Order: sequence, then C-alpha cells, then structure tokens
Amino acid sequence: MGDKIVFTGNEAVAQGAWEAGVGLGIGYPGTPSTEILESLTKKEGPDVVWAVNEKVALEEGYGAAVGGLRALVTMKHVGLNVAADPLFTAAYLGVNGGLVIACADDPGMHSSQNEQDNRWYALHAKVPMLEPSNSEECVRFTRLAFEISENFDVPVLLRLVTRVSHSRSLVGLHPGVSYRKETKPYQRNTEKYVALPANARLRRKILELNLVSLRQDEVLQELNVMEITNPEIGIITSGASYNYVKEAFGDNYSILKLGLVYPLDTRMLKEFAARVKRVVVIEELDPYLETHIKALGIECEGKKYIPAMYELNPQILARSLEQAELKPLDSSEPALKEPVPDLPKRPPLFCSGCPHRGFFYAANREKITVAGDIGCYTLGAIPPFQAMDTCVCMGGGFTVAAGLSLNLPAGEKVFGVVGDSTFFHSGLTGAAEAIYNKRSVIPVVLDNSITAMTGHQQNPGTGCMLDGEPTFLQEPAKIFEAIGYDRVLQVSAYDLEQIRNAIREAKKATNKVAIIVKGPCRLLKGVQRGPGYAVNLEACTKCKSCLKMGCPAISLSPDGVPAIDPAACFGCGLCEQVCRHKAISTIKQEE
Amino acid sequence: MKKDNKTVMLVGVGGQGLVLFAKVLTTGLITAGYDVKSSEQHGMAQRGGSVVTQICFGQKVYSPVVGEGAADILVSLEKLEAARYVHFLKKNGTLLMDEKEIPSLPIITGVQKYPENINELLSNQAISFYPLQASAKAEELGDARTTNIIMLGALVKMLGLTELVDWPEIVTSAVKADFADINRRGFAIGACLV
Repeated sequence: MGDKIVFTGNEAVAQGAWEAGVGLGIGYPGTPSTEILESLTKKEGPDVVWAVNEKVALEEGYGAAVGGLRALVTMKHVGLNVAADPLFTAAYLGVNGGLVIACADDPGMHSSQNEQDNRWYALHAKVPMLEPSNSEECVRFTRLAFEISENFDVPVLLRLVTRVSHSRSLVGLHPGVSYRKETKPYQRNTEKYVALPANARLRRKILELNLVSLRQDEVLQELNVMEITNPEIGIITSGASYNYVKEAFGDNYSILKLGLVYPLDTRMLKEFAARVKRVVVIEELDPYLETHIKALGIECEGKKYIPAMYELNPQILARSLEQAELKPLDSSEPALKEPVPDLPKRPPLFCSGCPHRGFFYAANREKITVAGDIGCYTLGAIPPFQAMDTCVCMGGGFTVAAGLSLNLPAGEKVFGVVGDSTFFHSGLTGAAEAIYNKRSVIPVVLDNSITAMTGHQQNPGTGCMLDGEPTFLQEPAKIFEAIGYDRVLQVSAYDLEQIRNAIREAKKATNKVAIIVKGPCRLLKGVQRGPGYAVNLEACTKCKSCLKMGCPAISLSPDGVPAIDPAACFGCGLCEQVCRHKAISTIKQEE
Repeated sequence: MKKDNKTVMLVGVGGQGLVLFAKVLTTGLITAGYDVKSSEQHGMAQRGGSVVTQICFGQKVYSPVVGEGAADILVSLEKLEAARYVHFLKKNGTLLMDEKEIPSLPIITGVQKYPENINELLSNQAISFYPLQASAKAEELGDARTTNIIMLGALVKMLGLTELVDWPEIVTSAVKADFADINRRGFAIGACLV
C-alpha cells in the first residue's frame, strides 16, 4: 500500500475507472454525480466528454464498449430514467469492453426533484449493481465493476448516494499504478448486437445464465462481507447505511454488509440468517433488501422501525431502533430538545447580477403561465417572483406547456421555459412537438451560456467541449428557425423593457414565436461587473419596489431605506430599471 | 476508542467558503494522523442558501455525518445560521459564531425581520458559546473572504490542535499563491479570538 490520500467518492470513482484503463468517460452533469467526469478529465489517458443527455451518454458509452473500450457513464439518479431505454436492452445484448454506469442517488433531495431509489433499476433491468460505502470502496468497486461487466457480459451499475459521492475519506493508493488503456478487438456479431426479436429472445436467456454464473463467482466473497460478533442480533445493510450502522452500534451486533445489491447472494443471506437469532435490515429509502430477504423466507424487520423517507444518520438509527431493543454506543444528550422555532428561512436565491432575475420579474408582472424546467432558474418559482406554474423534469418545460395550454381560456398561451443546457438535453424535442401539433406554446430559452447549477459544465451551446477544447457552437435561435418558428425574439437578460416587450409580442402574435433571453452566468470567468449602484436617499420614497427583485445585494437598512451592498452588487442595473422614482443610479453618475 | 471521535459542523451561507474551510481542516487532521470523513453540499443549496458541512475525525470513523444533538463543535459563519443549527450540538457542546448578519430572502424582501435576540437565545443554552468578530477582523485585514480561515484559526485553537501540524503551511497549499499570505495572517488572527 502506498500513500494515503483524501478523495471524495466521485474522485475515487474516477480513480478506479482510470486504474481500470477506461477509454471513455461520458455523462450528463447532475448533482451529486458531476465531479466524477470533472475529476477523470484531469487524468492523462481517457477521452472524457459531456453528452447532451443521459440517454445519449449511455448509448455512446454502450457503443464504445461494443467497440472494445471500457466505458464509464455517469449521471444522477433521475438521469437513469432518461437512459432507461438503452439500459434494459443493453443488459440483454451484453458488452465487449466493460460498461459501468455510475449513478448517484440523492436521498433527502439536497439538489433533486425526487429521491427515487435506483436499486430497483438493477432488479428491473437485470443489471448487476455494486454499492460502495466510502471512497476506498469507490476505487475498488469501480475496478471490480469493469471486471464483472466483461466477465459476465453485462453492463454494471455502480450506485452512489450524496453521502458517498460528496464525502471525503482516505484512500490507500497502490504505488506505481499507471494508466493502460484496456481495449478488445471489435468483431461484428449481429446475433448479439442487433436486438431483433429473434435475437433478443436468445439474449434474454443468456442474460439469466450470466447472472447465475455471477451468483456463483468468488467475486461475491470480496463484495459481501460478514462480521459475526453477536449470535443474537444480525444486521443486513449496504452502502452509506453501513457507515451509520457502524457509527451507531459499532461491533455490538453481527453485520452482513452487501457490496453487491443485485443479484443478491442468497447463499450468504441464508447462512447469515442461520448464524443469528434475529435479523434487522437497515437501508435508506425503500425496503429493497427487506422485500427480497423476506421473499427468501428469512424472517426479518426493518422498515417497521426505520423511516423509508429522506436520509438516515447514526442518530436516526439509534432512535428508531430503540423500539427494536438495539442499544447504541453513544448515549450523549442533545443540547436542545427541539430546533429553535420560527427562524426566517434561508432558501437558495438568484445571485446578485443573475441573468435569470429579469425574466422572472417580468413574467410575474405580465401574469403569464409558465411551465418551467430544471436548473438555477427553477428558483423563479419561489418568492418574490412566484412566476412558475410547473417544474417536473429535464426537458419538461416546453412539453408540459403544450399539454397545459389545452384547457386554458381560448387564445391564452403558455410559456415553456428552459435553460441552454436543458434545451439541448431534451428541450429540442418539445420545441418540435409544439410546432408539429400546433400547440399554443411560447418556448423561452434562458441562455446563460453554461450549465450553471451543477457548477459550470460546457454544453453544445457554449462552443466548448468538457476539457475546454473549442467545438461548433450550436445556436438555439437557428434551431428554432429550422424547425418552424417564424420569429425568434432575442433579448438581453438585463433589459426589462426588451423582455417585457418580447413577452407581450409573443402573447399576441398570430405566427410562431420563440424567445431567447441572453446573458452569461455572472459566476463565469471573464464576465465583467457593471458599474456599482447606490440608492439616493433624498429621492427614495421607501416604496420597496427594488426589494421585489430578491437581490442579495439589496436589503432594508434600519431606517427603512433600501441599501445596496457595494461588495455584493454586480452592477446588472435591474434595480435602477424597476425604481419608479429614479432613486437608484450608478455610483459614478452620483459623483 | 469510539468515544474519542469528534464531529465538527460548519454552517453558513452558500458562497462563504465552507468547502475550502472543510478542505483545509480535513487535510490538517489527516496530516496529524486522524481518520477523517467529511460531507459537503453542492448544487442548488449553494445559491445563497443555508449550507452545512460536517467533519468527523478520530481513530476510526465510519459515518461522514451525524444527526441532531450529536455534534461536538458547531462553527457558524453567520448568526442566523448558528441559531438554525444549534440543536445539532450535544449537551455542553461548543459554538463558535461569527457575528456577521446576512439577511435571507424573506428579510431582503421585507416579509420578515432579522431576529434581534440571537446572542441572548444562544447564551441561554446548555452549550459553550463564543460569539466572534471574525468578519470584522477579515475586513480590517483587507479581504472579507478570509473570514472562513479566521474562523478556522479559532476552531483549531479551540480543538487544541495548534501544535499538531504546520497549519499555516496547509493553509498556504490550499489557496491560490496570491492569497496565501493574507490567509496565513487570518489563521493567526483567528487563533487569538478564543
């Protein structure tokens, strides 16, 4: 063992893939999975790119694997819904080079629209799933996942969660590990790779046989570990939950830690159950393990005590399992019985100078119906803007708008709002749908020239690839024109008048209109601040209109006059435009 | 062995530099030979929202997070956030709080007022409470962004880990060269605050 180094789970997955000689890393950004590829691209060797969406990423990764490369595909949990189509059939057809899909769940919904438990995908698609619990295991399991994929001719899922992906822990690196690209020759094999029904029927059976072989392989011994310390009570757990179990109960109870959560090692489960008197299953989210363990005829308890919603932690386990008479190690008392009540909330908000602010301010004033989408701009739904009616999923902006328009009063249009990255992800198809079926939809692209919320990733609209290499810059305006929009109104994100006029024009237009609101994310490198703004105390009537912008740079001073924090002000000038009393102006003009 | 584990919880507002704080602390603890696990938040929470990072260290650590009532030390870079998370402390736990007030959205829009009694409220809890002037010191130093490292200096002193490793060196290697000096000075100032 060489040096110990600190990795996040995501960095560790990248390290494991690199050590496995991965040829392609491809995915779509999504918290908490994004940094896997950002870490992999810093390493010499593999081709690492952002795909336009998760389905595309998995298909391209699958193609690379069929061609003989090892491919790592990354996405967040909901991304696998998008990529589910190729996943299910790729499982039948199998691979050539190894294919590993690292997919990060977000229990507790820190930065997600749902907390679906993706372990069911493994069962549903019949794809082996490994679940590491810390960074060291992320490295090891990723390497193993490639081996399993090739040895058993099947894609492999690596299930991460926020507390693994975004946790830092020590990893012992083997000295002298270097990158050696693993490749296999490509051989045309239509019976294997062409999913015609006749072929698929054969492959269906082969998949089952491959899973049977995996169940009997000795790799299971490496992934699933039994710690027998107590003949009375035994805990079955996996992934992040294992950490909470160890922290809460130490070695007090026997533990079976499953590293392979599909297919389940039935022999080991039965052996473990035979070695303890009582079995408790501890898992975050759904009773996935519990359901299957019960189906094996093993008596066990779990969700009877443990919440099936939100994240777990050692204290939740200790508390909920008191009823099951499990004794925690730590008996310290809390400082307070309850959280301090009635504190003002602190929701996330648009940054000062954010190019999304102006559109939502105008949308609120114009009282338009808005079907939103996933991105920083979803914050347009909360006060003070409250200018969004729906937000469901990536690409749902234009399409939900199309449906929503059907039962509105005659002549009313719905504005579908997506970001630039979302437009390329799956907004495009919705824009085509709206034209095709003549829906009363105004597609709006809030183009801030980056995938912002996940921390600035390139996309087809930025003109750069993941590593910054220039590529053809695809323009949403030209795409709108090509698919049948008569007019594309392009407005500046910082010009309220322009935005307002575009909304009004689109509302009354008899032909097909799309809107693009342009302004780069102000956190991007090289984006210049505007001049600083200040409130003229004599002109201010304390009407508080400027506060309705929800700008973190503006707040009420103790005397009731809004004040602009010069350090926080980005100089976007929107507050000057909403002040009816001309009490806000640039600092320079004042002098 | 188990009882020696400690959990530090860092809270503040997205953009205050909690991730850097955690990175420097983690590096220092690891250099000192501790087992460390930490967890951080990314994504939407970072957009000016309430953010939380936890660092658990000891001889052997499994979980990167603890739940309510289980943290040993809470470090808050903002007053309101200190009140929001104080219930994560154990009885007799320690709270280091920068006295900086950052209005949140309902306060900015005038719907609610910034609570006035936070210091009093926190003083009345079963904890050791240290209100600090870290951001004021950072401004004196010439860069408000050094508040996080000033608070780190205070925390390291409080944990009794000052002599364990070369903290100024670890601070230096974690920040851009241009900011190394000011952050080293910030770290030293922080140590004098407690």
